[in-house]
Amino acid sequence: MTRLLTTRALAAPAAVALVLALGACGSRTDAGASGDSSASGSTSCVDTSGDSIKIGFLNSLSGTMAISEQTVRDALDLAAEEINAGGGVLGKQLEIVGEDGASEPTVFAEKAEKLIKSDCVAAVFGGWTSSSRKAMLPVFESNDALLFYPVQYEGLEASPNIFYTGATTNQQILPGVEYLKEQGKTKLFLVGSDYVFPRTANKEIVAWAEANGVEIVGEEYAPLGHTDFATIVTKLKGSGADAVFNTLNGDSNVAFFKEYKNVGLTADTLPVVSVSIAEEEVGGIGIENIEGQLTAWNYYQTVESPENEKFVAAFKAKYGDDRVTSDPMEAAYTSLYLWKGMVEKAESFDVADIQEAADGVSFDAPEGTVTVNGDNHHIAKTALIGKIGPDGLIYTEWSSDGPIEPDPFLEGYDWAEGLS
Amino acid sequence: MDALVSQLFAGLSLGSVLLLAALGLALTFGQMGVINMAHGEFMMAGAYTAFVVQGVIADAGVSLLVSLVIGFLVGGLLGLLLEVALISRMYKRPLDTLLVTFGVALVLQQAARDVFGAPNVDVRAPSWLSGAVEILGVGIPKTRLFILALAVLAVVALSLALRYTPLGRRIRATVQNRDLAETSGISTRATDRLTFFLGSGVAGVAGVALTLLGSIGPTLGTNYIVDAFLVVVVGGIGQLKGAVIAAIGLGLLQAGIEYSTTASIAKVLVFVIIVAFLQVRPQGLVSVRTRSLA
Repeated sequence: MTRLLTTRALAAPAAVALVLALGACGSRTDAGASGDSSASGSTSCVDTSGDSIKIGFLNSLSGTMAISEQTVRDALDLAAEEINAGGGVLGKQLEIVGEDGASEPTVFAEKAEKLIKSDCVAAVFGGWTSSSRKAMLPVFESNDALLFYPVQYEGLEASPNIFYTGATTNQQILPGVEYLKEQGKTKLFLVGSDYVFPRTANKEIVAWAEANGVEIVGEEYAPLGHTDFATIVTKLKGSGADAVFNTLNGDSNVAFFKEYKNVGLTADTLPVVSVSIAEEEVGGIGIENIEGQLTAWNYYQTVESPENEKFVAAFKAKYGDDRVTSDPMEAAYTSLYLWKGMVEKAESFDVADIQEAADGVSFDAPEGTVTVNGDNHHIAKTALIGKIGPDGLIYTEWSSDGPIEPDPFLEGYDWAEGLS
Repeated sequence: MDALVSQLFAGLSLGSVLLLAALGLALTFGQMGVINMAHGEFMMAGAYTAFVVQGVIADAGVSLLVSLVIGFLVGGLLGLLLEVALISRMYKRPLDTLLVTFGVALVLQQAARDVFGAPNVDVRAPSWLSGAVEILGVGIPKTRLFILALAVLAVVALSLALRYTPLGRRIRATVQNRDLAETSGISTRATDRLTFFLGSGVAGVAGVALTLLGSIGPTLGTNYIVDAFLVVVVGGIGQLKGAVIAAIGLGLLQAGIEYSTTASIAKVLVFVIIVAFLQVRPQGLVSVRTRSLA
């Protein structure tokens, strides 16, 4: 009897412990509430009378995403500083209102609402995860405000109130698999984290593969935060694949590549193309574990152009020599300049005027010239396949013939019919 | 055949990782009944110890071995500090301990972020652990063999210590009947402190070992803490033997199911099996017969 009592006395708190621990490590994926939608476009409270104009930066500075989003904030701050030093936008200095999205989609929605309604900012820059973007979308649409979103994503979305300055599917994922096909790889193994981006991306890859005579020999998902890849790598080894397409996110990449190397697989025998590993992440994975592997992005720190030289130098001067620049950072930096270009073309801070003027606005970005597509609010970008070098930087191995027009719904591809 | 051998090994290896993570917890939670949510953060501290030591000793092999020792001390001292400063004030109030140690875990995570930065850091594996060895026709990574050996060593050392040393006898006496142990002249306070030091130290060692397999970042601990608690709960409170069987069993189960389904499904099924198991046997696999009135 006493034995049972003891066990029971311990079981209750143990259960609470498990719940707490689960809550701490699992990321929430619910999209969160939409803002209350009483306001319409006409009630915009943006003050354009003074010498300055307010804009909002909304990134996670705490929580699991802080590691990535802080770097985006740094790039945004740099762009704002440069623009202010150059005389501002339409003669007005930028006044930054910074907010912390705290890695929670619901917080992103709340803070977006605050920035639009109480701070009266002319535009908001930020967001990283697809769930944060999807949570903010109704807020921006119902308040008729503008969001500039700087991260590559899974596509299949377009909103008049969002400008997507990261890559959509046909500018990153497709070039990635097409590059592999060009290299003579015909048997792909897909590995990804178990959430919306990898699942959507892989659905697109499977459809592409069917139409292009490429065989998908395996498709595996690991829960976010998964730490043991022995089984997945075993399946991968036994699958007969000649290349791997990797949409794993975050820490899982470290465990995956360590296991990959430990069982004796290398970039020469079985190359991996990753879409979520940029310069920032290479150090944490360990260069020795990932050297020679491939990545698909639109920008690398090593891109050779006067614009990039200036960007990298300015970034290092502001934040330190040991810092690196990556694709999302560059896309964020570029987004502020694109907004500036749109405002100057429209000669107005008004949302409707900007939407009208957006088409064709271009900027000589560090990655190369980018141009806004007025229909879907994405931008034309050049796709770059890169190889991770021994110094931890990524070097361009292959690039698309000039910028690729954004096609978020893959309407230009017959095989993509029926995807949603 | 190849797949069977490699999955058997994958299961054993996963089991040894779980065991290393849970072994310290089996002492502090299992023997003392303290729910220490910061246990994972002691592992994180061990992992960062390996990172710091590698900065001082360039040779990856030597630094790994040195780290194992220093990691034990770092984890142990953190645990001792926690026990003396906070936990000792709330024995018999398990829910308070749970919340306080959860708070400590968050503080430690943020501290790591402030000291080492938010991005993950890298610890190089020594060259004698790179690559794989052929066993029964299957390539087995040497790092995993090393961790398996380490887990075995840790279990053997702990059980010998519990069985044959005066400290071990005191710990067992305290677990079995605290009041009687005290009446016999054992300082249960001192025993608690030492047990906590030992348990947390093992967490530090686990952290060092895990640098060979996974990421080293502020949230390293949260990746393992749930599994560690599961092992202890399934294994039964109060005995190392239970934790060993539970860890290996859960490892084999996870690897086996994952091979024929997917990683996500395997996680779910393992949870379901554990819940069902605890319905039948709420005290876990192995439990101590005790006459104490606690």
